[in-house]
Amino acid sequence: MTEHAVAELPVANAPIPAAEPRVAVHSLDAYFGAQRVVRGATVDFNEGQVTAIIGPSGCGKSTLLRCLNRMHETVPTARVEGEVLLDGRDIYAREVNAIQVRRRIGMVFQRPTPFPTMSIRDNVVAGLRADGRKAPSRAEQDEIAVWALQRAALWDEVKDRLRDSALALSGGQQQRLCIARALATKPRVLLLDEPTASLDPLSTQKVEELVYELRGEVTIVMVTHNMQQAARVSDRTAFMLHGELVEVAPTSRLFTTPGDERTEAYITGRFG
Amino acid sequence: MYRFITTAFALSIPLLLVLLGIEVAVAAWPALSAFKLSFLTSSRWDAVEGVFGAAPAIYGTLVSSALALVIATPLAIGVAIFLSEFAPPWLRQPVAFLVDLLAAIPSVVYGLWGIFVLVPALREYVMPFLSDRLHLGNTPFFSGPAYGPSMLAAGLILAIMVLPYISSVTREVLMAVPRSQREAALALGATRWEMIWGAVLPYARSGIVGGILLGLGRALGETMAVTMVIGNRHEISSSLFAPGYTMASLIANEFSEATNDMHLSALMAVGAVLLLVTVIVNVIARLLVWRVERQGKA
Amino acid sequence: MSRPPRRSIRGRRARSAVMVGLTVVASILATLPLLLILGLLIQKGASSLSWDFFTAMPKPVGETGGGMANAILGTVMLIAIASSIGLPVGIGAGLYLAEHRGTKFAFLVRFLSDVLNGLPSIVVGIFAWQFLVRPVKHFSALAGGIALAAMMIPLVTRTTEEMIRLVPASLREAALALGYPRWRTSLTIVLRTALPGIVTGALVAVARIAGETAPLLFTAFGNQFWSTSVNEPISALPIQIFTYAISPYDEWHSLAWAGALVLLALVLVISLVARFATRSRFRGGHD
Repeated sequence: MTEHAVAELPVANAPIPAAEPRVAVHSLDAYFGAQRVVRGATVDFNEGQVTAIIGPSGCGKSTLLRCLNRMHETVPTARVEGEVLLDGRDIYAREVNAIQVRRRIGMVFQRPTPFPTMSIRDNVVAGLRADGRKAPSRAEQDEIAVWALQRAALWDEVKDRLRDSALALSGGQQQRLCIARALATKPRVLLLDEPTASLDPLSTQKVEELVYELRGEVTIVMVTHNMQQAARVSDRTAFMLHGELVEVAPTSRLFTTPGDERTEAYITGRFG
Repeated sequence: MYRFITTAFALSIPLLLVLLGIEVAVAAWPALSAFKLSFLTSSRWDAVEGVFGAAPAIYGTLVSSALALVIATPLAIGVAIFLSEFAPPWLRQPVAFLVDLLAAIPSVVYGLWGIFVLVPALREYVMPFLSDRLHLGNTPFFSGPAYGPSMLAAGLILAIMVLPYISSVTREVLMAVPRSQREAALALGATRWEMIWGAVLPYARSGIVGGILLGLGRALGETMAVTMVIGNRHEISSSLFAPGYTMASLIANEFSEATNDMHLSALMAVGAVLLLVTVIVNVIARLLVWRVERQGKA
Repeated sequence: MSRPPRRSIRGRRARSAVMVGLTVVASILATLPLLLILGLLIQKGASSLSWDFFTAMPKPVGETGGGMANAILGTVMLIAIASSIGLPVGIGAGLYLAEHRGTKFAFLVRFLSDVLNGLPSIVVGIFAWQFLVRPVKHFSALAGGIALAAMMIPLVTRTTEEMIRLVPASLREAALALGYPRWRTSLTIVLRTALPGIVTGALVAVARIAGETAPLLFTAFGNQFWSTSVNEPISALPIQIFTYAISPYDEWHSLAWAGALVLLALVLVISLVARFATRSRFRGGHD
């Protein structure tokens, strides 16, 4: 890809408001055993914006994402050092419960992960029932399910078969179902880990449109290996290399006038 | 809490095994310490006098199991090769199912069949045929009167019972042999059988040995069917026509009628010997099968 | 190939054909006993089977008729006791093994569970007698059930572990990311998804212990009378078949055949249900 081609991409050109950081990362290190896969990352994710994290595979971008809702530590031998502030509070502070953190932050993975034993409707409200005791009533759940499916632009396709197995949906529908499931708990932050990696172009487009529409309401952090996708949907883009956060900048600037020569090398296709 | 409960359940398996070993060993101790090595070597099992030597039962266990393996192994490997290499797809499932079904038949049902079909058939037809027609009656293995209940009957019924175990493990390890091994042999101009004999079987060898040992473990400990056809006599005889005893059938027969503490302890000691032997056989078998399965994956 | 074939190509082909033929013969010989046993069992068993067999109590020697109602009840009770102990322990241990895959302790437990699975049932029987019967000085259904549970646990553990391993790790991640606690993830997502396979494994284990005799000889012991107490000796189909088979009475022999037919039917029905009715369904969407 040439620099010229990048400049022609439809970049999300919305003016960047002077945003508050909803999630602030301070000198974060993440390890698998003795191996340090994220090195001293410091970055702010602003309220209501979409931030894309790009970089070659193995650069640690998914790990960084998984540190934001404490999913990293669910892997054996995995370990985190440093701070992640959610609304000013460190989610790694001793008194903070990882489960509570995950309930306030939604996450969607590379491959769609509908729960195969649940219906479409039950999948959407699965997060509401994560804590058995405080689940809302059935009627409230139904209401939330409709709202979340509409929000995920899936309602029209599934409204007549809410009781069917979620496995009956296509891959793209399953992924939007997972987004609906993540939205149902009304999180302020949504983490997307290469959400279109396993989808066909048409489904990819739908998911991208959805991400674009959700900005403003939800703070979104999206890992992607696809630079055009980052250019299309994000307000800001972070570039990672070998576990290091090389550069964070407004998307239009990062793709046109990168501040670091490694970033330039990557976006012009010289490696990765 | 959840973690605690699942850990406790997982822990229950080693605990169960340790507890089992200790309980049996403790109960066996009086007899083992009283008779020492003669418990394994003496043929005198006299509950009235309180003298116990388990040599006939140990001998019977080994001979009946060996006989079973000699009969079952070629058949089981033959079945496994047929199913994994030659059988047309429509025949594969049903035959595999029938062979597996052999393992589902309860031991006591085999015993019933043994008493009323196998033993009479041996007495009326097979034994006279072997000794008179084939003139094997003069050899030590087929001499003596044809009672029916015998080491031969035990070996035959055990062969039927362990066959499905050997054949299913063999089938699995044959399936685990990579395509490349077969294709390499065929590319060299081997016939189908030469491919199997020269490439597939050597590759799967230790897995097949593992399967045979698993079958041996079954045969050594098999109780009911053997008890019902072996004749239950405390004597070592070289003839397969003669009745005998196995460790498992000795326990099954005498345990509830044990007359005194030493008798009980002696039976427990038989159990301890059986436990030790089967654990060793099983451990070796598992290690062999695991090794092949890992190779196949790598 | 270890040595170059020296024979003519025709000779080698013929040899190959003969060996293929031998494997066919082996397959026929291996399935023959099964067909013989099943055939005779149906012939002899069905002719001695009557409604009385299921509803009547055993009669003393010399009187005709009688059934095995108490033994059927006993087998059902023993299976129930064994399952209520063996299933939770086995499934829990299987969950543990699947969740702690790589650890040394898991390796040890897996290995020992295979060893336990290979132990002779008679040894489990004398262990249960020494541990449960000897101290209280009487046989009981409970002791028999526990002995059977000990045989069930390794079977259920291994199938549970294998079925849980088939559940994609991404499902577990998805549930954790939704804020499910670990235990709820395991029970409501992972275990639920693996359930059909685990049910199959449980049924296979039940089928196996339903026909066991040796562990019951000195624990449940057998009982000629109707008993529903877990503290009393209890009869079971396999024990009753054994007792009748080695007796000298023709009347009892035919009852033993009928019992064997019923027992085998029970075992086969459970195995068949396990094999066909509850195939696990992992398809579409994830792999």
